[in-house]
Amino acid sequence: MQINKVYVPPGQPGSIVELKEKYGNFIGGRFVAPVKGQYMEDISPVTGKPFTKVAKSTPEDVELALDAAHAAKEKWGEILPLSERAKVLNKIADAIEANEEMLSVAESWENGKPVRETLNVDIPMAVDHFRYFAGAARMLEGTITEVDKDTLSYQIHEPLGVVGQIVPFNFPLMLASWKIAPALAAGNCTVVKPASPTPWSILKMMEIINDVVPPGVINVVTGPGAEIGKALATSPRIAKIAFTGETVTGRLIMQYAAQNIIPATLELGGKSPNIFFDDVLAKEDDFMRKAVEGFVLYAFNKGEVCTCPSRALVQESIYDRFMAKALDSIKKIKQGNPLDTNTMIGPQVSAQQIQKISSYVDIGKQEGAQLVVGGQRAKMEGDLAGGYFFQPTIFKGENNMRIFQEEIFGPVVAVTTFKDESDAIRIANDTLYGLGAGVWSRDGTRAYRVSRAIKAGRVWVNCYHSYPVGASFGGYKISGVGRETHRMALEHYTQTKSMLVSYSEKPMGFF
Amino acid sequence: MADTGSAITHTPSVVATPAALAAIRELLRDHRGGIAFFQSGGCCDNSAPMCFEEGEMIVGQVDKLVGKVGGCPYYMDFRQYETYHSSQIILDVEDGEADGFSLPAGRDGRHFITRTKICAANACNV
Repeated sequence: MQINKVYVPPGQPGSIVELKEKYGNFIGGRFVAPVKGQYMEDISPVTGKPFTKVAKSTPEDVELALDAAHAAKEKWGEILPLSERAKVLNKIADAIEANEEMLSVAESWENGKPVRETLNVDIPMAVDHFRYFAGAARMLEGTITEVDKDTLSYQIHEPLGVVGQIVPFNFPLMLASWKIAPALAAGNCTVVKPASPTPWSILKMMEIINDVVPPGVINVVTGPGAEIGKALATSPRIAKIAFTGETVTGRLIMQYAAQNIIPATLELGGKSPNIFFDDVLAKEDDFMRKAVEGFVLYAFNKGEVCTCPSRALVQESIYDRFMAKALDSIKKIKQGNPLDTNTMIGPQVSAQQIQKISSYVDIGKQEGAQLVVGGQRAKMEGDLAGGYFFQPTIFKGENNMRIFQEEIFGPVVAVTTFKDESDAIRIANDTLYGLGAGVWSRDGTRAYRVSRAIKAGRVWVNCYHSYPVGASFGGYKISGVGRETHRMALEHYTQTKSMLVSYSEKPMGFF
Repeated sequence: MADTGSAITHTPSVVATPAALAAIRELLRDHRGGIAFFQSGGCCDNSAPMCFEEGEMIVGQVDKLVGKVGGCPYYMDFRQYETYHSSQIILDVEDGEADGFSLPAGRDGRHFITRTKICAANACNV
């Protein structure tokens, strides 16, 4: 990790990030002005001030992007040898890697996440994703079934064609790569709609990778969800829609997909339990410190993570001792300018998020939960005074409270205690969601039992917030449909051709 | 909803501020077929009230009618409804773009938000 460096904000003298006054959509391999010529301001959450403009697109722009994608799909998916497709994915990875620092600063400034996270997680993971899927696509094999000696059935994976992908604001580049890499690897062209609060960093990425991606293979259209997201998701010209976001929109996307009879994959949030058994404090050692850090990870990316460990379940026999250690760590969290490599927590992504988080803190207090620490907007000085900073917050309460049941999407953890293993499992599963969970114990068999009993798509055991490609990611219950970050994602981006071939020359004999 | 026997037994309800009612009236001028609200849950837009043209979202068996605001229905997933126990949702308006696919609050640059009052012993009856 780099230390003691404060990056200059994009566009300012000495910054490593070049900034234009405004950005069009990325369509057919070039930046094009929106059809109706409208732009919207892009606000940095660090200062609360606009720093550039992006296209405020209309459905006509989505059509142009779809035109470009359809024009490119045959060459990309059917003519180009797989080895060439893989080469493009590897070149994308190389180009991003060569500009890792620049993209890290851009991502940090637009989203507010600390640059130490973008430098060490977001951008390197995006790079690795493209490399993984460059290889994975070449390992995708069909099957042959011998129906009888002269009749063979070949199952062949074929690309879907053109897909629509809607990316959220919390990991704009990393989650874009989670979606784009498998889509491209499987031979599809894509139209991507970035989230409204974070439309710009992906345009910086397109500037970087434009030279290595054939025109029309990746297209990016920015604008309001109600217009652009809807135009994309309802279009009869897409063969699949992928979405990460909240449940009502997810339902709407599935409904649109039903009308077009196309597949939809959805990742829709969670309220992930992080369970600490008494034995984590059995020794004052690295493992104990790792477990305490595991609790504090609720503040990672300012809590704007679908798998935020936002419910902590601590065995009652160790509650006081464990929380004392956790509070010690929380007091040491450095909040401030995310472009400072020493900063651990930056601002929330938008004023809207601050309002929602504050509203939940209010609900928690009204419900009678005990506010242990934080609970307010953090006051900052100078340029940062207008930024959307919120204090790391802990509530203690009961699992039936709304702050335990709803995703707050901020640096707020709701803590409760449990008596024994079955109590822990009962509380962990008492939620509508099933995206993530954490289990901490020195007893491997207990950790295994509890992990298997939790209804969630990802259970971290003695770790948390690690998202290596190769470990599948997706939700149980209302947390979504489909899996990403694993080669099985290729199945979501292909369809199956069954060729049933007769090698017999004899008639069937029916007529 | 069944009485759970806990201290909190009131069902959720919804009311709108004058600003929200004005925004609804504005929206109804452009959307003659009516509008409907759906309480969001989870991920990046968590508690946002999603506002759509009526019929945009198919009302299903999972949708519980919490109440009406400005004559427009306000729905919530029944599973979420059960966790809202005695919450009174207060629909209001603030500056900023709408979340997800939601319509803005009347015009661009404003969006609907919710605040909450937890009601004890009939205090929220309206």
